[in-house]
This record gives sequence, structure tokens and C-alpha cells, in this order.
Amino acid sequence: MPLPNPMRRLSPFTLSAFFLLLAAVLSIAVGSVFIAPGDVLRVIVGALAGSIPPELEKHALIVLSLRLPRTVLMALTGAALGSSGAAYQGLFRNPLADPYLIGVASGAGLGAVIAMSIQWPYSFWGLMAVPFSAFLAAMLTVFSVYLLARVGRTVPTTNLILAGVAFSSFATALTSYLMLRSTGEVRRALGWIMGGSTQAGWDAVLGILPYLVIGVGVLVFSGHALNLLQFGNEQAQQLGLPVSRAKTVILVAASLSTAAAVAFSGIIGFVGLIVPHILRMWWGADYRRLLALSLLGGATFLLVADVLSRIVIAPQELPVGIVTALAGAPFFLWVLKRAKNQGYW
Amino acid sequence: MLLIESLTVSYGTRRILDNVSLTIENGEVLALIGPNGAGKSTLVRAVSGVVLAHPGGVVRKNGVNLLSVSPMERARLLSVVPQISSLPPAFTVRETVMLGRTPYLNFLGQVSAQDEAMVQRALERVDALDLAERPVGELSGGEQQRVLLARALAQNTPIMLLDEPTAHLDLQYQVGLLELVRTLAHDDGLAILIALHDLNLAARYTDRVALLVSGQVKAVGTPQQVLIPELIGEAYHLPVSVIPHPFDGSPLVLPRAPRAFPKS
Repeated sequence: MPLPNPMRRLSPFTLSAFFLLLAAVLSIAVGSVFIAPGDVLRVIVGALAGSIPPELEKHALIVLSLRLPRTVLMALTGAALGSSGAAYQGLFRNPLADPYLIGVASGAGLGAVIAMSIQWPYSFWGLMAVPFSAFLAAMLTVFSVYLLARVGRTVPTTNLILAGVAFSSFATALTSYLMLRSTGEVRRALGWIMGGSTQAGWDAVLGILPYLVIGVGVLVFSGHALNLLQFGNEQAQQLGLPVSRAKTVILVAASLSTAAAVAFSGIIGFVGLIVPHILRMWWGADYRRLLALSLLGGATFLLVADVLSRIVIAPQELPVGIVTALAGAPFFLWVLKRAKNQGYW
Repeated sequence: MLLIESLTVSYGTRRILDNVSLTIENGEVLALIGPNGAGKSTLVRAVSGVVLAHPGGVVRKNGVNLLSVSPMERARLLSVVPQISSLPPAFTVRETVMLGRTPYLNFLGQVSAQDEAMVQRALERVDALDLAERPVGELSGGEQQRVLLARALAQNTPIMLLDEPTAHLDLQYQVGLLELVRTLAHDDGLAILIALHDLNLAARYTDRVALLVSGQVKAVGTPQQVLIPELIGEAYHLPVSVIPHPFDGSPLVLPRAPRAFPKS
């Protein structure tokens, strides 16, 4: 699946940014009421300038307090999943690593639901408890899966996926149990756990932002270390990388990003698998570039998936996790077959 | 000068290296020879700090203990040409060699014009300029080996360790690589430790030879001193004859009684 010819001359970043912008405008325009892309831009520019044209007043509320925050949240979630997927793939030296497939997303989901079922008082720390608990559970999962899957110094694909699936099933079972037992607040989380952006509004955007700034921020600067790690721990260290420290930092950052995405947007699979994979085919394996591009590409991909989730059974909405899974599972099988045939790594 | 003092390494309860001490002068190539499993690779890995040695073992360069400095600092003093294993296939040759500049880069891996020039020169020296833009996965074993040597050259260190670098090379490149290694020592003043299987290549291209058997140094000296029938025959469990090489008189080791399988 090479990149179409005319696009090859453009810088990968220009192209990615352009598609992200396109997806964002589309995501704001599409919904129960269609708003022309030109009007979308005029409302946003107007709001930034402080005066919205009177003929657009009727759209302003929809755009500014419903669709724009949802779009930003989806973009941030996609960026987190795309870049952490690329980081996990580099870290495990395995093209099938993905926050969902290795169980981290389900682990984080369980952590989030546990925190929700404790019924914290509505306060700053009460709100922080959910993402924090998701992060702890994500870390616990990733270390357990890694230790279980490791054979000597390598992490074979089958072991990684099997351990991930086992952990994922276990965490999902516990999550379901907690949800069935509880009432009210947590039951409503059912839609969330399947990856629906039920947490609309700017609160969720502000909530996810600090985690992402730290997690994704560290990841985009980890490209050189991940390049070195592709040659194995020993060579990486002989070339000057403090291997254990670098791996720990990247693992924590990727898990923090995943946990933040799960805590605010639910469990959305396969973004971290599909996006880095396609980008690697188009623009090569250099992680310095791949991480930044996966961030942009993840955001774009999830925005498009979210638009689809709104239109396939309109006026109802599908959880976006269903859309990404429907696209992602066949893609996963294709990558698996390809990796087997070509000895990809 | 590289000083290795009382280096001991165990995997579990099995002792792989037993109190190994060696000195390699600047401008000298020391060959490490010995049968399979003698601990040659382990010595290379222990000296480069990726395998933990017992406390008390020291690897010194100008008073700096290389085993106690950071990987970054160590990588500026000592480079390693590893045995080729699975290299990440999607990297190009130039990207791979550029990673040799890691100890001089910031954490982002930003490269300067000087780094580019060093990489270009390293590629030139191993005759791999025409491979520069190709993915490593497409190269033959011999070409990959030269890329790894170029990466070590780009590291620009006063000490270089090589682990069986000729294993995948054809005759032409075996000789070419060892000529280059000798030039690096004799003209550029590097201290070089090279693990070699081929005793006759060791005899012709290196200044001194260390014979490693079961993790212990059995003998160190010039090829003439170490490559003698008594020492080699005992180390390899195989009677050998040694005759002077017809071109330069270096020792030529010839197995006398071929035996299908060693007894041990």
C-alpha cells in the first residue's frame, strides 16, 4: 500500500497536518444538523476574534460547546493512542503491539471503573482519581504482560498478543462485574467503555490535557532512543544509551498517554496499530519522525472514525470503538499474515 | 591503552570468564582466539559493559574505569562491532551508521554537518558508499558486517572491540576488513581487541594473540609464541602442524588428523 504518487513530493508533516485539519472541519460540520465547513471556520474565527456574525448565531452553540470540544477530545485521544502505539511497537520490537492488543487499554479501563465505583465526592481530587487509577492499572498491566510474554531477551509476537488477550479478558470480566453490580453513575459508563465520546464538553478536554502534555510530550522526544533500541538492548547500550532508564521512561509515558485516552474517551482499539503501521510503510522506520507523525495521524484517524460513528446509523450514534474495531481487526489479520510472510522485523 | 584486570563473569553458577587480565597498547591489534564456548564473545560483552562482571574486575583507559562510567561516556571511548544478528531491516545504511554518532548527540538525536561528514568518511572507509541509501534488510551478511564496522568507525573511539567480524565475509572482504583494522591501529593509534575464529588470519593480521580456553587466558604473545602445536593442539583437542607462511613467514596452522566430532 504505497503512498499515492503526487503526495510523495510533499513533506510528511505538511501532508499530515493538512489531513488533520480536513478531518477536524469535517468532524465539526457533520452531525444531526449539517453545518457548512465555511460556516464552521467563520464561527471559530469569529469566536476567537470576539464577535460572531449574527446570521451564524444559531450555529455558534452547536459548534462551540458541543462539536468543537468533542472534536478536540477525539483528536487528543487519537494522538495519544497513535503515538503510544508507535512507542509500544518500538519498545517491544513488535509490529503488532497496540495499547488495546497488549491489554493496557482494558487494564486502564478496569482501573477507571474501580475509581468510579468508589463514588468519590465531586471535587478536584475526585475527578483526578479516575485517570490516576487508570494509569496505575495500565502500568501494572503492561509490566505483567511484558514479564509473562518475555522469552530471554525477546518478546515474541504470539506471546505478547496471547498474554495481552488473556489480561484483557480478565480485566474486561472484572469491569463488567463491577458495572453489573453497581448502579447509576457506573452503569452509564457502559457506553463510555465501548469508546463513545459521551464525556462531551470542555471539562473532559481540560481533564485529559495535563496527562497528554506529559505523556505524549515525552514520547515525541523518544524517537532517537527508540531507533537505538531497534538494534537490541546490547547494541543500544554500546552506542551510549542508558537502556533500562530509557525503556522505563518510554513505557511510563506510553502507558500514561493510553490511560488518559481510556479514562476520558473509553476503550478504543486498533488506532495504535493501524496508524503507525501505515505511516511506517509510507515514510520509513525512523522513530523520530514516526512518533510525531503517529500523533497527527492518530488524531486524524480517530476523527474520521468518529464521523463515521455518527453517520452509519444516523440519527443514532455508534460507539467509536466499534468503528475502529471493525476496521482494525481485519487490518490486524493482514499485518499478521504479512509479518509472517516477510519476517518484517 | 586498554587494561583489563581480573575480569570474572558468571551466568548463574556457570563461570564463563575466570580472572581474565589483558593489556592492549595503543596502536596494537590483539587477537582473541579459542575454541567455541571459550568465552570470547562474553569477554567482548563484559568489557563493553553489557554483561555484568563480578566486583573487583576492572577495565581501564587512562585511569578511567570503563565499567563504572555512564553508557554515554563509555561509548565515546569504546566502540563495538558485534556479530551480525537480526538488524532492523527498514533502516537505511546511512541511518544505521549515523547511530554511531549517538554519544555526541543530544537526546533528540539532532546531527550536525560534522556528524554527516564523519558518517560519510566511515562509509567510504569500509567501501559502502554505494550502499548508503539502501535498507539494511536487503543487504547480504557480509555487507551488513561492513555497515556495523562503519557504525563503530563513526563512533570515533580510541578503543574498538570486534566480535568475529570476518564470519560472514568472503575472502576478499575478510582480507580487506583485517587490513583496515590493522591500519586503524597502526596509523590511527587505536587499541583493538578482535575475537577471531580463523587462526591463520589472526597470525597474519594481528600484533599479539591471546588464547582463551574455558574462560581463562592460557597464553598471550606474538603469533609465533602462541600459535605453536603444543598450545593449539591442547586447546582445540586436535593435533596440528605449524609451518611458516610462504609469503611472510607468519605461522600457518594446519590440522593434522581431521576428526568428524570433538570428543567433549
